[in-house]
Amino acid sequence: MEYVIIGSGVAAIGAVEGIRQWDATSPITIVSAEPYKVYGRPLISHLLAGKIREADIFYRSDNYYDLKGVKLLLGTRAVQILPDKRKVALSDGRMLPFDRLLIATGGIPFMPPLPGRDGPDVYTFTTLDDVRKLEALIGKAKKIVVIGGGLIGLKVSESLHDRGIRVTVVELADRILSTAFDPIAGEIIGKHLTEMGMEIILQNSVTEIVRENGHIRAVIMSDGTRRDCEAVVIAIGVVPDISLVEGTEIKTNRGILTDDFMETSVSGIYAAGDVAEVYDLLLGQRRVTPIWPAAYLQGQYAGSNMAGAKIAYRGSIPMNSIEFYGIPTVSIGLSNPAGENYEVRHVYLPEKKLYRKIVLKDNILMGAVLVGRIQRAGILTGLILNRIDCGSFQEELLKDDFGLINLPVEVRKKMLTTNP
Amino acid sequence: MKRVYPREEVCIGCHLCEIACIVEHSASKDIIRAFKAEVPRPTARNLVEEEGPVSFSVSCRHCNDPPCVQSCISGAMVKDYQSGVVRHLEGKCMGCWSCIMACPYGAIRKNPVRKTVIKCDLCLERPIPACVEACPNRALIFEER
Repeated sequence: MEYVIIGSGVAAIGAVEGIRQWDATSPITIVSAEPYKVYGRPLISHLLAGKIREADIFYRSDNYYDLKGVKLLLGTRAVQILPDKRKVALSDGRMLPFDRLLIATGGIPFMPPLPGRDGPDVYTFTTLDDVRKLEALIGKAKKIVVIGGGLIGLKVSESLHDRGIRVTVVELADRILSTAFDPIAGEIIGKHLTEMGMEIILQNSVTEIVRENGHIRAVIMSDGTRRDCEAVVIAIGVVPDISLVEGTEIKTNRGILTDDFMETSVSGIYAAGDVAEVYDLLLGQRRVTPIWPAAYLQGQYAGSNMAGAKIAYRGSIPMNSIEFYGIPTVSIGLSNPAGENYEVRHVYLPEKKLYRKIVLKDNILMGAVLVGRIQRAGILTGLILNRIDCGSFQEELLKDDFGLINLPVEVRKKMLTTNP
Repeated sequence: MKRVYPREEVCIGCHLCEIACIVEHSASKDIIRAFKAEVPRPTARNLVEEEGPVSFSVSCRHCNDPPCVQSCISGAMVKDYQSGVVRHLEGKCMGCWSCIMACPYGAIRKNPVRKTVIKCDLCLERPIPACVEACPNRALIFEER
């Protein structure tokens, strides 16, 4: 059996670990355009902020690949998949044969058409190379505009601000963090970041990047406002990198479609991570869930099934744990659902920047948002994933010190007294 | 693998397990020095939950398929498939709290003195974990299930 994995992010690592649970010896080859061993991608904001060293970012030990029997082809791009011939064409001209293939190419930043976009000093923020490029601005640039007030936009803003650059965030929606969080959480974090010295502009968008002699001078916004700046970071979203499967019989929607075993429409070819559309446990449909833990798990299931395990993946739920200048935040599951079928409750203490919200549907916990205090948040995650009936203790869910003691005794005993 | 299992029927909430854990993870391994002289005082890796007459100790379950390992963004949480222990490599921990978000037992907590998390290490260098040994009521059992 020959395993080939395209991409070297956390989904690839999950796959290696999945394969090795079932198949200790068959060769695995990882092909990656990025020239680095696997690194903690969400840590790039810590690196840019100067809080960690580059050596700290690597996710597994130096000898990890040797220990796992993995051959690494770094800095090598897979240019074509030939499903019928069971081969992958590489950028160096070689053809790599496979019996089982995993596509884990991840996502790429969405770049909207924008006058002035093409040229120097327009950046994105999803890779280690992006950090290296932005690092060159430190000490030189004084003002940077960040387009997009989502998780990536705010984290790059915080890091740049930490390094002494004045940052303006421009967000099209009426609030920041509109995908992962809800209006109150967005309000708390927005206020906090403003107090820390960032400028956040809502309900506005950059319509032009103004250049003089090629150098960025300013941006113009849809309401005519102008902000002087020397660089622009575009962080309005990440889209699945499906270019490799276009023109093949591998079916796609936004991402590569997968079944419960992480297999694509072509037998023997699997997909996982930010490139894949995977069953969403809460929405009951397939979609891209571009978060780290989901990528690892999807990779692990894909790898196990590539090795013949035949184990179905129960599905992903979105979850994010992010700290903004000392305020920890967690969002799990459906943090801001639309519709009347949901029962939503919250406790909000604005002066303390504390917020706790739960979303229930027919007594089943579907989502939660925690700002300020996040201890033992995972108990809520467990209740969501295991579809525990919360009817008898739903009042307790809003307590800061909610614990296993609040669960029905039979639920708790099953959790604590059986082999986990 | 052997794990620590609580028996809430006989737990009286005396917190001796937490005290034993603090001493075991202190520099001096001496109860008086650990509590009176060590700054900062070590943190217990287990947590006694109490409400009325009900109490029990919660600590890392060392899961077979650990959500904390799957969600860790820095590689600080690792499952040792030989021993079964979920190890926390503190030097690699960045304090992102992803494991706190993922652990269904709420068994991982923030380290009060460093921007890292802290959790049960199963007292690997001891034959029986300190919390189990300290329990006067056999409300913590160390066994294979």
